Amino acid sequence: MERPSLRTWVWGLLGWLTAAVLFFPIFWMTITAFKTEQGAYQPNLFFIPTLDSFREVFARSRYAGFALNSICISFGSTLLCFLLAIPAAYRMAFFPTRKTQSTLLWMLSTKMMPSVGVLLPVYLLFRSAGLLDSIWGLIAIYTLINLPVCVWMTYTYFCEIPAAILEAARVDGAGFWSEIRHVLAPMALPGLSSTALLTIILSWNEAFWSLNLTSAHAAPLTVFIASYSSPEGLFWAKLSAASLLAVAPILVMGWLTQKQLVSGLTFGAVK
Amino acid sequence: MDPVSGTMRSSTLPSADATASMPGVEKPGRWRVLLQTPSVVVLLLWMTVPLALTIYFSFLRYNLLNPEVRGFAGLQNYRFLWEDPAFFPAIRNTLVLIGSVLVITVGLGTLLAVLYDRRFFGRNAATLLVIAPFFVMPTVSALVWKNMIMHPVYGLLALAFGKLGLAPIDWFGSCPMLALIIILSWEWLPFAFLILFTSLKSLDAEQKEAAQIDGANSVQFFFHITIPHLRRAMSVVVMIETIFLLSIFAEIYTTTSGGPGTATTNLAYLVYSLGLQQFDVGIASAGGILAVVLANIAAFFLVRILAGSLKGGH
Amino acid sequence: MRPTITLLACSFLASLAGAAEPAGITIAAVNNPAMIELKKLSTKFEAANPNLKLNWVVVEENVLRQRVTTDISTGSGQFDLVFLGQYEAPIFAKSGWLREIKDTPASYDIGDVFQSLRDGLSYEGKLYALPFYGESSMLMYRKDLFAAKGLTMPDQPTYDDIKRFAAALTDKSAGIYGITLRGKPGWGENMAYLSTLVNTFGGCWFDLQWKPQIDSPEWKNAIHCYVDLMRNYGPPGATANGFNENLTLFASGKAAMWIDSTYGAGPLYDQKESQVADKVAFANAPVAVTSAGSHWLWSWSFAIPKAAKSPDAAEKFALWATSKEYVRMVAADTGWASVPPGSRKSTYDNPEYEQAAPFARVTLKAMQTADPLKPSLKPVPYQGIQFVGIPAFQSFATVVGQNIAGALAGQMTVEQALQAGQAAATRAMQQAGYLK
Repeated sequence: MERPSLRTWVWGLLGWLTAAVLFFPIFWMTITAFKTEQGAYQPNLFFIPTLDSFREVFARSRYAGFALNSICISFGSTLLCFLLAIPAAYRMAFFPTRKTQSTLLWMLSTKMMPSVGVLLPVYLLFRSAGLLDSIWGLIAIYTLINLPVCVWMTYTYFCEIPAAILEAARVDGAGFWSEIRHVLAPMALPGLSSTALLTIILSWNEAFWSLNLTSAHAAPLTVFIASYSSPEGLFWAKLSAASLLAVAPILVMGWLTQKQLVSGLTFGAVK
Repeated sequence: MDPVSGTMRSSTLPSADATASMPGVEKPGRWRVLLQTPSVVVLLLWMTVPLALTIYFSFLRYNLLNPEVRGFAGLQNYRFLWEDPAFFPAIRNTLVLIGSVLVITVGLGTLLAVLYDRRFFGRNAATLLVIAPFFVMPTVSALVWKNMIMHPVYGLLALAFGKLGLAPIDWFGSCPMLALIIILSWEWLPFAFLILFTSLKSLDAEQKEAAQIDGANSVQFFFHITIPHLRRAMSVVVMIETIFLLSIFAEIYTTTSGGPGTATTNLAYLVYSLGLQQFDVGIASAGGILAVVLANIAAFFLVRILAGSLKGGH
Repeated sequence: MRPTITLLACSFLASLAGAAEPAGITIAAVNNPAMIELKKLSTKFEAANPNLKLNWVVVEENVLRQRVTTDISTGSGQFDLVFLGQYEAPIFAKSGWLREIKDTPASYDIGDVFQSLRDGLSYEGKLYALPFYGESSMLMYRKDLFAAKGLTMPDQPTYDDIKRFAAALTDKSAGIYGITLRGKPGWGENMAYLSTLVNTFGGCWFDLQWKPQIDSPEWKNAIHCYVDLMRNYGPPGATANGFNENLTLFASGKAAMWIDSTYGAGPLYDQKESQVADKVAFANAPVAVTSAGSHWLWSWSFAIPKAAKSPDAAEKFALWATSKEYVRMVAADTGWASVPPGSRKSTYDNPEYEQAAPFARVTLKAMQTADPLKPSLKPVPYQGIQFVGIPAFQSFATVVGQNIAGALAGQMTVEQALQAGQAAATRAMQQAGYLK
């Protein structure tokens, strides 16, 4: 329906310009991963690429182990978050009461304690519970950390769905689960997709608890990266390579599910 | 009607309470009411137990490295923090940091969301590029910005400035706060963009057409349709980002270590520096409690502001 | 969605399986080149001891310190072997958290390990850690730039010499800075170097009554010297420069002089990593009023927590990794220039080492003359050259470092910075119970 016009070109140019500017640091980090250490801090755009850094990184650490841990912990905690958040958000969005708002705000306030202040009590708790250096321990912590965000975002997206449609489905005789599956989920898909993505990323990149509560067995990729950030000596190329490897599983996952992701994120207006 | 959330949704559609009394429609069953219980219980446990422990420790003299010194400390830990000359600068820095990053991310995020709402060539790919900064670990982001981009001797910005004949800026020496704000805004812009962009998707196509028929131009459309629609999403972004930015730590630790002087010390870093760094559980816990109290005060005012701005216009 | 769920399920099962690994030794280590090399060669140890598996946790120094201290002081037993240095060892040993190292085999030759290092790692005469490598500080400079200006570096330079040289060598338009020094705030960052500077100007951290001395005339002279040098002849952005940033600066040819860890010599000598590999020379750390405490002493050393789950195996590995045989193994693998420096005298007696590593002689002299028990001209109640061996030090020293960085950045005068530092130290010492 739209004619490709000058306006479209202008938007395109603007869009790509902003994307380029925002992406530039990551682009620079990516090409640094293929440079030698000596060339890493020189501003050359063109150079002879080498896989030395990647080879070194793979030789030094058990990358697969870290990646597997990250996947388990991030996806596990996100799943748990959703299991807890969706019912709560459903209740609060469609059957709100006077206490709903204060409950939401209270949930968010649980995140106000800075981790540095509560590290030692939690560490001692985990030690007593035998949860140190365990995947389930980290899943538990991440679920608790991300639950408020998950509930808030899901609640927001549920709010944008007109209640009348759900009521209509109910009047038509739809049971609770078919209401969820056939009416609510498709309409909330963009919101749920972006919430899932953000929650996974938040867990993936969380560096404070993962560094302090794990040692040999449950360490995720953030610990892997920590062995490359500011060691004594030059490390830019290796750090860039390690960072790329740390982001790689998510990118692969995103690429494999891109159809659902893109359709989820760019789903057209609801009607 | 919830001031924070309910205005947009319930204005033209019957609310749940109203339908409940309509003939032929069931009242929400009790088990639906209990749906939010597991979340609440879990969060209650999580909040109470560590919080109680932290409060308990904050009244003790408890240094991990000095097991001989134990005992009740009363308010001494709190006083140690409160009377520190860096305490009020830290609060000020925290507020400045949060405020600046919020303004930049929500403002730019809205503009970007509107821009990307239009169709243009390769829009999906560009969207992925814009979201990319959120994928990178904060520590790595900070290191890349500090050493590869902002370093006044071998960073890229210094090179660019040099080519233009200007003196390079010593980012972390002369304007450390600004440098930190730039880094944090870059990290959080994708988050704001994603939420606002997704929220824009639910803007009625009918409303768009109606506005076009009415002859509204883009600017009017933006201010009278888009922004009000995005209000709820914006308030969510503001609340979530505020909570995260309150306890920003990794970026400061990596780049400036809170300095020079106390220019970039925020409350979380102060707690780390005075408490955790010397493994004093008492001081660290007291700092945590102080941070919670201050955060609650800030949140109280924030909700007031947001609720106020949301009430108007409908 | 189905493939994702299958993947998830497999991951969960795999993680459960992974939890049932054979028991081994968990080692907490720093991520520097010597350690990386040790990790690589440790496969030989595993081959010789088939039922001992090594689990490595390798992180950056500050993170390591936090992890290790939290673990050891709460007796969590997460680690069997940890790396620590002269700061932690006496503190941990005093509380009885470390296993004493005694009855080492004669072939290990514990007397070969530098006495100064062993003193720093002991408590009440008993040794609690085995040094893996040792470091001190020295001056690294560009002999080509010196030759071009007709300057010669004396064997023992003074800070007056340094000022002279820096003035002559700085050429900011060509991007050459006369000197670069640490500026990043932190007790182990800028304060490590500045402690040695203060020492050599005749100052100290505390007098015998534990009263902080940060506003003393010696501190003022030292910090004025530092700030003047850096403002006039140093690179921009100094307050964010730690060891790594300065190494990058020097290795890319932008600095003429650099006073820092002897450990920096190795990477500077590596052709793959440094542009100045053939142009760098070494001298003793500069002195001012006295040579006491003019260069620091540190060794990353193996210690075994009392709560370790496999202490005997841990000790076996520690002895293996700090032995003469290990040094020879590294030499065979990557050459003599990169063997663990500064720990054993026998390394320095070896002519091959002297040949491969021109920095050996200066390093040896530095290691032998650094005395952690007598760090200053004046009598002091603490031990440690670039630190004070009390728990509260990490905190207030960082605050002092922040203030000095503020003075360097021009936000306050040196006097103001030192006053603020003095106040912070006094408060901390009162809180910790040293002062009334």
